Amino acid sequence: MDNHQSSSHPDTRRQLQMARSMCWHCQSEVTGEYFCDRCVKVQPVSKETDYFTCLGFPRRLMLDPQKLEAKFYELSRTFHPDFYQTKSADEQTISLSNAAVLNTAYRTLRAPIQRAEYLLALETGSVKDIRTSPPADLFEEILELQDTLEEYRASDRDSDQGHRLRSTLQTEQEALERRKHEMEAQLQQLFADWDKLQDAGEATSLARVERDRILKQMRDLLSNRTYVNNIVNDLAATIA
Amino acid sequence: MARIVGIDLGTTNSLVAYMKDGQPCVVPDRNGRTMVPSVVALTDNGLIVGDSAKEHLTRNPERTVYSVKRFMGKGLADVQNELAYFPYHVTETGGVIRIRLGQKSYSPPQISAMILKELKLRAEASLGESITKAVITVPAYFNDSQRQATKDAGLIAGLEVLRIINEPTAASLAYGLQQKTQGTIAVYDFGGGTFDISILKLKDGIFEVLATSGDTHLGGDDLDRVLVDLFIGDIRDRYGIDVGRYPDHMQTVRLEAERAKIRLSDELKTEITIELPEDKGLFTRELTRDQLESLVAGIIERTLAPCRIALKDAGLTPTDIDEVVLVGGSTRMPLVRQRVEALFGKQPHCHLNPDEVVALGAAVQADILSGGTTDMLLLDVTPLSLGIETMGGVMSSLIRRNTTIPASAKEMFTTYVDGQTGVDIHILQGERELVKDNRSLARFRLKVPPLPAGIPRIEVTFLIDANGILNVTATDMRTGQSQSIEVKPSYGLSDTEVERMIEDSFKFAAEDVNARKLIEARLDAEALLKTTNKSLVDAGHLISQEEAHSIRATLAQLSNATGGTDPRAIRTRMTELEQAAKHLNVVMLDDSLKNSLHGKKVSELS
Ligand SMILES: Nc1ncnc2c1ncn2[C@@H]1O[C@H](COP(=O)(O)OP(=O)(O)OP(=O)(O)O)[C@@H](O)[C@H]1O
Ligand SMILES: [Mg+2]
Repeated sequence: MDNHQSSSHPDTRRQLQMARSMCWHCQSEVTGEYFCDRCVKVQPVSKETDYFTCLGFPRRLMLDPQKLEAKFYELSRTFHPDFYQTKSADEQTISLSNAAVLNTAYRTLRAPIQRAEYLLALETGSVKDIRTSPPADLFEEILELQDTLEEYRASDRDSDQGHRLRSTLQTEQEALERRKHEMEAQLQQLFADWDKLQDAGEATSLARVERDRILKQMRDLLSNRTYVNNIVNDLAATIA
Repeated sequence: MARIVGIDLGTTNSLVAYMKDGQPCVVPDRNGRTMVPSVVALTDNGLIVGDSAKEHLTRNPERTVYSVKRFMGKGLADVQNELAYFPYHVTETGGVIRIRLGQKSYSPPQISAMILKELKLRAEASLGESITKAVITVPAYFNDSQRQATKDAGLIAGLEVLRIINEPTAASLAYGLQQKTQGTIAVYDFGGGTFDISILKLKDGIFEVLATSGDTHLGGDDLDRVLVDLFIGDIRDRYGIDVGRYPDHMQTVRLEAERAKIRLSDELKTEITIELPEDKGLFTRELTRDQLESLVAGIIERTLAPCRIALKDAGLTPTDIDEVVLVGGSTRMPLVRQRVEALFGKQPHCHLNPDEVVALGAAVQADILSGGTTDMLLLDVTPLSLGIETMGGVMSSLIRRNTTIPASAKEMFTTYVDGQTGVDIHILQGERELVKDNRSLARFRLKVPPLPAGIPRIEVTFLIDANGILNVTATDMRTGQSQSIEVKPSYGLSDTEVERMIEDSFKFAAEDVNARKLIEARLDAEALLKTTNKSLVDAGHLISQEEAHSIRATLAQLSNATGGTDPRAIRTRMTELEQAAKHLNVVMLDDSLKNSLHGKKVSELS
């Protein structure tokens, strides 16, 4: 499990990325992480840098929130515009856009679901958001639920019918919430699988098949979970 | 780097502070007062600000502006239902409110600039150096237009506004500096005109705002109005007088309402006395704390909903909050403390002076920017979601509320019609679905090369900077060329208008200085005239007729000059008179010395 031997380790990748770029100020080759070694000017985070790289983490799904936060704070101290007020206009612009990228990176990676969605987009090369879709086995149930919801919205809430519909919806909400938690548990398992596969770092065809399986299942689960989550929120708001 | 001061530009009171030996301190005036009332009055001698302007509230209500912060970044329609409470004349030009003072109209940023200038002068007098840079605080829940208006006010006052910082977060900086706390805190800021709640995580010198919410139109002013309505109703019932028709008496009622409210924070009941119009005598009544509390309970309750939203947005429950910090004068009300305590389930912290803590925090932020303090860093959020109008009048959100700033979002635009050369973009702020329910910030037109529909690809970057202010840039993805965008604010001054106001302000500054010099010269001249006259009466017999005559002539010339408007002419005549009366003064001195030396003899002689 030694990350440093893996050829796809982000640190190596970042260094490669940086090595290819030149300092915007003194034109020397930038080898340092965020600053030019020679003129000590802050360097813009490359457009190609993904959020994992930006925060100095490998593409894993089970990140330690404490470590993530610590890194975010550290980099905030590096890039925040507050510390560039006495610097040149160019440096201020770079600090501003770097800080904005850093904030987006942290926001994306901090929430496990968003983190997984982002990784999926990176790994499968699709930039579009994952479409939400109803779980196949819940299709009938959800159609029925939509009808009940409509009925409830149209009904007099204080009538007997209103009360009955409301309690049906409540039961449904609880069931869907349980379902959501199940899916999240399954996702958790997939996250672990993904991390294990990455840590092993094998390039066998078996590993490739496993990788595709995880990503595929993850995509389906994520899109189902979002769908269910939206309904749960909708239900909660309606019967609140 | 030149010194940067921190300014709390409040609805009711404003303060200026700076960092001294690692500690922030507020600049007092000669009398030791730290707060400058946010009041501007037009008098016969020109515009005055602060305590002296406050005296004109009842004397000269139509020409005395207070609570101008409520109008910053607003259009007339936004404030329509509270205009009746203001005695001064409010209109609108070009989407911006204007306030009429005598012959001229001023935008709220111009009025605010006068308050800022007063603070600038105060800091300059105290520090003995010129002040050109400042950090200015705004309510956390201020939208983009209100922030921009505040920045404009700074510019007009001749200040480079290095940062706009949120009031509750500023307070947290001052608080964190003193308490060295770690953990999660809630800052509840209830001032004169606005309410804010911010939830922060303090850890290793990082002040990370998790969520913020509020109401930019909810403060002590609103509590006062409830009492004003009560008293006016009472007076109408008892005396059949409509006080609303007498602006000066309205102000008396308002000020007495505020004083009564403040007294009831310490006492359980209080006596109200208000002079009635038309020499109808005095209106008196008693008001108890219970009565006040039942009248304002609803308003105070309105501060709790934003607290709950902020907690939810931060993903926290009240028990997760380690400390509740109270900021703003209105948090001195016992009922406010009770409600806050009930909501968070812990006694709020109020060791810091709630009047000064925001200004102190602004000074800390100023010190961070100038490189003095390096171990503290504030990571604030944008209070409102930012989006653009899409088809069907729906807002599409680009940056969600409570996103850490700086924050950016990119959006690709293309065309729907062949040869289309522009795309209109409408920027909005708010949490609602429909465009019409959100705040319109600005509009701009994206220039597009004429090409077949769908071919152009223009990427627009919306960047909210560390001030919470939006910057828009656009790049043509096909050519890589960036395009400058001229954003037309929906509720704000255009750049050219701000520039004109800056020029005006310098012009007025010259006029103001002249007015001040004239007043001073006249006062000095009057004093000289008086003493010289007295000397002539007392000691005229000791000098020759011709000498006395020449002194009288010079005296008349000076007296003439004081009727003019040239302070230098007055000063010249004063010097002449001093010269002419020099001998007289010497003779007088000799005489009095002689008298005191031979005091005994003189008295014996008489
Ligand atoms: N002891 C008190 N009890 C109740 N209210 C008080 C007390 N002292 C001051 N206030 C009220 O506090 C308000 C002024 O507070 P503060 O100076 O914090 O406001 P501000 O900073 O000018 O306004 P804002 O922050 O809303 O722009 C006024 O409405 C005043 O009546
Ligand atoms: Mg305040």
